[in-house]
Amino acid sequence: MSDATVETKAMRRRSSASKRQRHLVALAGVAAIGAVSPFVVTDVYLQNVLILTLMYGALAQSWNILGGYCGQISLGHALYFGVGAYAATYLFTAFGITPWIGLVVGGVLSAALALVLGYFCFSLKGHYFAIATIVIAEIGLLIVHNAEFLGAAMGIQWPLGPDSWATLQFTRSKVPFIYLALVLFVITWVVCYLIEGSRWGFWWRAIKDDPEAAQSLGVEIFQSKMAAAAVSAFFTAVAGSFYAAYVSYIDPESVMSFRFSLLFALPAVLGGIGTLWGPALGALVLIPITEITRSYLGGSGSGIDLIIYGGLIMFVALAKPEGLMSLFSGSSRRKPQ
Amino acid sequence: MEMASLMQVLASGLLMGLLYALIAVGLSLIFGLMNVVNFAHGEFLMIAMYGMFGLWLVTALDPVLLAPIVTALMFVFGAVVYMGVVRFAMRARSNIMMAQIFSTFGLAIFMQGVAQYFFSPDYRSIPDSWLGGKTVDFGGVFLPIPQLVGGAVSIAAFVVLYFLMSRTDFGKSLEATREDQGAVALVGINRNRVFALGWGLGAALVGLAGAVLSTFYYIYPHVGVPFALISFVVVALGGFGSIFGALAAGMIVGVVEAVTTTLVPASMKLISVYALYLAVVFIRPKGLFGRL
Repeated sequence: MSDATVETKAMRRRSSASKRQRHLVALAGVAAIGAVSPFVVTDVYLQNVLILTLMYGALAQSWNILGGYCGQISLGHALYFGVGAYAATYLFTAFGITPWIGLVVGGVLSAALALVLGYFCFSLKGHYFAIATIVIAEIGLLIVHNAEFLGAAMGIQWPLGPDSWATLQFTRSKVPFIYLALVLFVITWVVCYLIEGSRWGFWWRAIKDDPEAAQSLGVEIFQSKMAAAAVSAFFTAVAGSFYAAYVSYIDPESVMSFRFSLLFALPAVLGGIGTLWGPALGALVLIPITEITRSYLGGSGSGIDLIIYGGLIMFVALAKPEGLMSLFSGSSRRKPQ
Repeated sequence: MEMASLMQVLASGLLMGLLYALIAVGLSLIFGLMNVVNFAHGEFLMIAMYGMFGLWLVTALDPVLLAPIVTALMFVFGAVVYMGVVRFAMRARSNIMMAQIFSTFGLAIFMQGVAQYFFSPDYRSIPDSWLGGKTVDFGGVFLPIPQLVGGAVSIAAFVVLYFLMSRTDFGKSLEATREDQGAVALVGINRNRVFALGWGLGAALVGLAGAVLSTFYYIYPHVGVPFALISFVVVALGGFGSIFGALAAGMIVGVVEAVTTTLVPASMKLISVYALYLAVVFIRPKGLFGRL
């Protein structure tokens, strides 16, 4: 190996280290903006948009772990979201257990469920895998729909109580939910950040790029996919618990329908899958547009909100299939010849 | 269960299954041709049903006469969707699967919006046609005429499709393009033209199914969603790209669904279809008759 290659390698390592530092600075910036946002954004409607944007940012980041880094396109993540939402809601309404415990229970249940399902599904390739995830999530929806103890089709209403951090009930202000959503987003981001730099991150990207080559180099493909599925499901469920506490009423359609599975994947795809900031960027663009078109145009039932929303998704998928993040990385993403 | 009512359940399930097969086969055909899953397939069905409804409102002709027109219009529509949307998704240099999943999914939402814009979210129906309201008695098994005609149309369509694919130049160019997209260019087959015709054919098949379905089913902007899900199951169960597989799987799904309805609440009827699908793909990851 010549000195020149050693030198460029060292430089590359240094530049990648400084790139990771820049990511942390960016996160600190986002967290700071998020922390002061309640003082700037005082309108309740806009606060709701902000909370949803942060939540979908976290959800898309969780989806990104399995779909983006590991390349396993799941269109059934609504299942894990529903497990989280129902675990927190059921434990709280039936036994008075704090949602803080509920969200951990939901997360662990979801991760376990992801391991069981992954055991069967990871032998399926491409579209067969994607459709199996849809079908499994639909089975989950049907089961909840008919489960009396979970309120069946009627759903479950959280009991009204005094505002409290213990029960995550805040009826007078949305500000605590802004901070909760911000913390959720930051945690999922940091998890992705740590994974990206770890052995797992390299393994997952190798599996996504070329499973056969990865296997020949000793990557444990099956275990890697299982780990990605479990982590991804855990955080999706935690966000589900958060959502249930936030809206304080859930029914099967409002947390487990196929629409949600797509809503978790879309920001990641829009922003750029397998990137640290893609899901956040995608959520930042997509969620305000979705919410604002829905509230200003959707109420009339004219369908214009759907036309704009669908047209936007189509446009981005066609114009920028590698995601909006590619606008920022420019020439550095170009493959060496 | 009594013999007669069992026969009744099986016969209704089989007829619905034939229609499921006709709805799904276009999806399978397109997948086999170019490895693209159309996530707007259910909306193709929906738009065909609204097409029938709109034509019926305007012309006041019987749906039986309008069905060929709807089918022909859907052929054009499918080719236009390929040329206007899918062709560009295929050009993506990275994330091709994502590009085609989300461009067709965006199209699905767009089409729901368009339907809602022109026809409102209300449930519509075509109250009377030459077929409507009558049943035929087969020794104690009563079958409604629209469903019977639907089953017959489906079988006829599959026979035509079989000959089209195996005996005509068009079918051969589809098969050749499926096998080797690069090589067909050398023998003078225009790949884009074949793909556009393939999308046209796929859309015409689901359009025909929509035309039949609109004579006995409610029409609303989201009507495609449950049928799309069933189509995915039918296609994956039969094997992506397999026409015969779609026919067999459609009938299996129809019968399983009908039998389940007698055992569990109606809202649960699809659970056994889904379970069957999972059981099959876990044992045979390429479906019952899949080659791909």
